Amino acid sequence: MNTQTPYRVLVTKVGLDGHDRGSRIVAAYLRDAGMEVVYTPPWQSVDQVVRLANDEDVDLVGVSSLSTDHLIVPDLMQALRKAALEHVPVVVGGIVPDTEHALLFDAGVSAIFGPGTARDTIVNTVRQLAAAARDALENPFT
Amino acid sequence: MLLDALMAGDRRALGRAITLAETGGDRAAELGRQIREHTGNARVIGVTGPPGAGKSTLTNRLIGALRAGGQSVAVLAVDPSSPISGGAILGDRLRMTSHTDDDDVFIRSLAARGHLGGLTASTPAVIDILDAGGYQQVILETVGTGQSEVEVGEIADIRVVVCTPGMGDDIQAMKAGLFEIADILVVNKSDQDGVDQTVRHLESMLSLRGPEHTRAVIVPTTATKGDGIDDLLNAIDRCSTILNPNERRRDRTRRLLAGRAAELLREHLLRHDSERLDTACRAYENGERSLEQSARDLLKLEYP
Repeated sequence: MNTQTPYRVLVTKVGLDGHDRGSRIVAAYLRDAGMEVVYTPPWQSVDQVVRLANDEDVDLVGVSSLSTDHLIVPDLMQALRKAALEHVPVVVGGIVPDTEHALLFDAGVSAIFGPGTARDTIVNTVRQLAAAARDALENPFT
Repeated sequence: MLLDALMAGDRRALGRAITLAETGGDRAAELGRQIREHTGNARVIGVTGPPGAGKSTLTNRLIGALRAGGQSVAVLAVDPSSPISGGAILGDRLRMTSHTDDDDVFIRSLAARGHLGGLTASTPAVIDILDAGGYQQVILETVGTGQSEVEVGEIADIRVVVCTPGMGDDIQAMKAGLFEIADILVVNKSDQDGVDQTVRHLESMLSLRGPEHTRAVIVPTTATKGDGIDDLLNAIDRCSTILNPNERRRDRTRRLLAGRAAELLREHLLRHDSERLDTACRAYENGERSLEQSARDLLKLEYP
């Protein structure tokens, strides 16, 4: 069943920065790779992203960050766990200083896509993470 | 388990149940059967119209108006799937972010997944889930439609067709299809030029309808500013009392069943019964049978 329905992914931005060119490009990549992309405007709060991930029942959350908003992501990871959404992998794309990668990985982020990351790398990583998340989830209510 | 959680108002269960319905299969069918007795309470408002007419913005305003009246609201927003990759950008809720924090609003984006007609194959099942989950109002926003995606008319209790000024001459307004299924015709972006003319064209179209049609109401709105939204909600409420929901629902179930059976048959023929399909194909290609005759042979249908 998992191979038949397209993966659903959320592409969003948290915090105050409004530069959304990157998230739009990645959303188009994922769409062209056959995924259903729930796309939001920038300026989402942590609680809003959690709600979106729940209501849209996505297989993965992608957060785009240009100017330090990636520092909000650890809060997001915690909020997802609190909402029983710990199975949903989170990836971050954009400008994340090397010195802060560990901070995000320690918080549970699955992948970081810096500038120049190849389209195939993004698509394949997202697909693998989404597939694993879906398999792990199989029927939580039955 | 899923059913119990769903009935208890568990939001996680609601999200999962919709995915299940979208995926289909035996478990989805069984859930659909189980929740059936808990359905029939929600009012389904269909919002349709061409791309860019303002359906999402109008839906956003409508959520606000319904919430002001104390009603819980669910929204199903359908966007098209790529015929090439199968992927989709689901961006309707972009215009509804002001309601993301409201516990009594549930918004779900759906991709059409190759289904024609403006909705998704799973839409009736998903509506039942929201209905059973206790949502009093369900807004069904279709993909941006052309002239003939009238499926929302089969499913919604109230049909709102959104158009804009300057969409063509009065002959456009007379053509069959989308406008015909409207209970309410919204002329959105009514702060633009040409709104009076558009309303006149629509009125003249409506005046030519026979008495067997329920007369649609025309409501000008400017969704970006919130103008006309109260009028729209009043019109929706009035329609709800005029139209006979039970009769419409019975009628609708018949058509839904027939439509679903036809879809299943098509899938079955293409996937599992290719031998019979090939035989009928050959008969048609050889010139032994016409297209119509071959199709009837395939279904073992007698001529009427």
